[in-house]
Amino acid sequence: MHTLQNIRTTRLAGLLAVATLTLAGCGATADAAQDDAASPAGQDVTLADGWVKAADSGMSAAFGELTNAGSRDVTVVSATTPASTALELHETVENETGEMVMREIDGGFVVPAGDTLTLEPGGDHIMLMDLVEPLEAGDEVTFTLTFSDDSTYELTVPVKDYSGANENYVGGDEGDGGMEMHG
Amino acid sequence: MARPDHGARTARSGSTRRQFLLGGAVAGVGAAAAVGGDTALRAAAGETPPEPLNGDRTVPFHGTHQAGVATDAQAHGLFVALDLLDGTDRADLVRMMRILTDDAARLTQGEPALADSEPELAVAPARLTVTFGFGPGFVERAQGRGPDWLRPLPAFGIDRLDPQFCAGDLLLQIAADDPLTVAHAARMLLKDTRSFAAVRWSQQGFRRAHGTERPGTTMRNLFGQVDGTSNPVPGTADFDRVVWSDAGWLFGGTGMVVRRIGMDLDTWDRLDRGGREQSVGRYLGNGAPLTGREEHDEPDFEATTAIGFPVIPEFSHVRRARGEPHERIFRRSYNYDDRPVGAAISRSGLIFVSFQADVDRQFVPVQRRLDRLDLLNEWTIPVGSAVFAVPPGCAEGGFVGETLLT
Repeated sequence: MHTLQNIRTTRLAGLLAVATLTLAGCGATADAAQDDAASPAGQDVTLADGWVKAADSGMSAAFGELTNAGSRDVTVVSATTPASTALELHETVENETGEMVMREIDGGFVVPAGDTLTLEPGGDHIMLMDLVEPLEAGDEVTFTLTFSDDSTYELTVPVKDYSGANENYVGGDEGDGGMEMHG
Repeated sequence: MARPDHGARTARSGSTRRQFLLGGAVAGVGAAAAVGGDTALRAAAGETPPEPLNGDRTVPFHGTHQAGVATDAQAHGLFVALDLLDGTDRADLVRMMRILTDDAARLTQGEPALADSEPELAVAPARLTVTFGFGPGFVERAQGRGPDWLRPLPAFGIDRLDPQFCAGDLLLQIAADDPLTVAHAARMLLKDTRSFAAVRWSQQGFRRAHGTERPGTTMRNLFGQVDGTSNPVPGTADFDRVVWSDAGWLFGGTGMVVRRIGMDLDTWDRLDRGGREQSVGRYLGNGAPLTGREEHDEPDFEATTAIGFPVIPEFSHVRRARGEPHERIFRRSYNYDDRPVGAAISRSGLIFVSFQADVDRQFVPVQRRLDRLDLLNEWTIPVGSAVFAVPPGCAEGGFVGETLLT
């Protein structure tokens, strides 16, 4: 079972790498953009096609497409929701044994100017660490994203049943090894 | 500026392709010039521009009525009936219908559903429609009141009903010109019903493939008969009167009858062409009544033969189906052709589907007459039967069933 999971996440890793390179490329052009009187990040960013995975308790994850319509790169530094006592911004990376694992991303999610960052199973996502109550399919969950300029963006997404998104999770303490996300 | 299409996995790929197909209409002067140049080149090379793909065609999802009723019938139809799980309550029904509505709204427009694991299968909608119907159990669980006719049809003498093709709390009618599109939509919708309901029965049907004959051609069943000639025509006041309900939460909705009718092709084979035409009262060639020349000629039930017998026999299907002016229905059936069992070489039939505002007033009297006498009963056996209330459509942001559930 572990092996199957690895195969799947490894295949996704290739796609993710392409996405990351592409984003980096776009970011480079955006760097040249003028920095005059830019609007707060929270006004430039929208989330499309967002959803969060149904779960009875424990952890879950939220996905969607974050688009930055502004003229400078923005960084999501944190997220909050009434649905979970703690949230983390996660990336999925390959560890030293070649296994794809998710972990908290350093410095938050960067959404380049005029571009879109896709949060998806097997890639970047917003992790709900400890659900307050069961997330049931068809419920709606509100999140507040906070950006590096302290501006915020509030969004509401539906809960969906989803069998995937069971990546291994490496907690903040690297020593304690992988931990399975319960879904 | 746009990154390369890493997202064959995202909705964007679908809309990108459609925008491309729309060409200069959306993309401005430069693109228009490019398309023009392309066309010129093709013309020089003696080529014709590519036909738009049927797979890209969409049927609007939002509206007063649900799609899939007045929609010109697609080539493939799947009917799935579900039973609500014991614990599913009214609040759960709201959550389920919100999710299913969102799935249907996206998939019918050629966009992957949220959390769609196979988004590549969603980008060719091929006129996909998803139509929801509520059985008596759904309305009860919603603590609502259904129309009086929302109940099993009365027992008919000809029926040999198999419970595995009867009843159901929630019906999904999923239809498109492409069977892969239908399968994917069904898979996506059923994944999202799993927390609330379980599949009770499922029936797969087909008509002519897209492009085989002109749109609007009346379907043929596996007896070879033209089936549905007297249907009211969508878009007319007549159709609206026959089909759409104006009662309470069902305003803008309709009543739906789904009956699985086995057709015994092996005994039908013994009947000569004349006998076949007499049994229905129409010519097989073009569906014209035995008193007429064209399919849509009105049957003349008074006409008699030289020796005084009715030209359209008393026992014929066409004569028996005809009743009071209000006893009319809109048929939207599909053929089925299952794997034969035992010594038989066929197990075929019709997924009879009719829409009418009031099942008891419009459908039941017709079926009662056919039950008493219809020569076609010799070769047909109803084996499944279900009645659903098809709620009205919804606007963007709303959900199907909101008139009952909110």
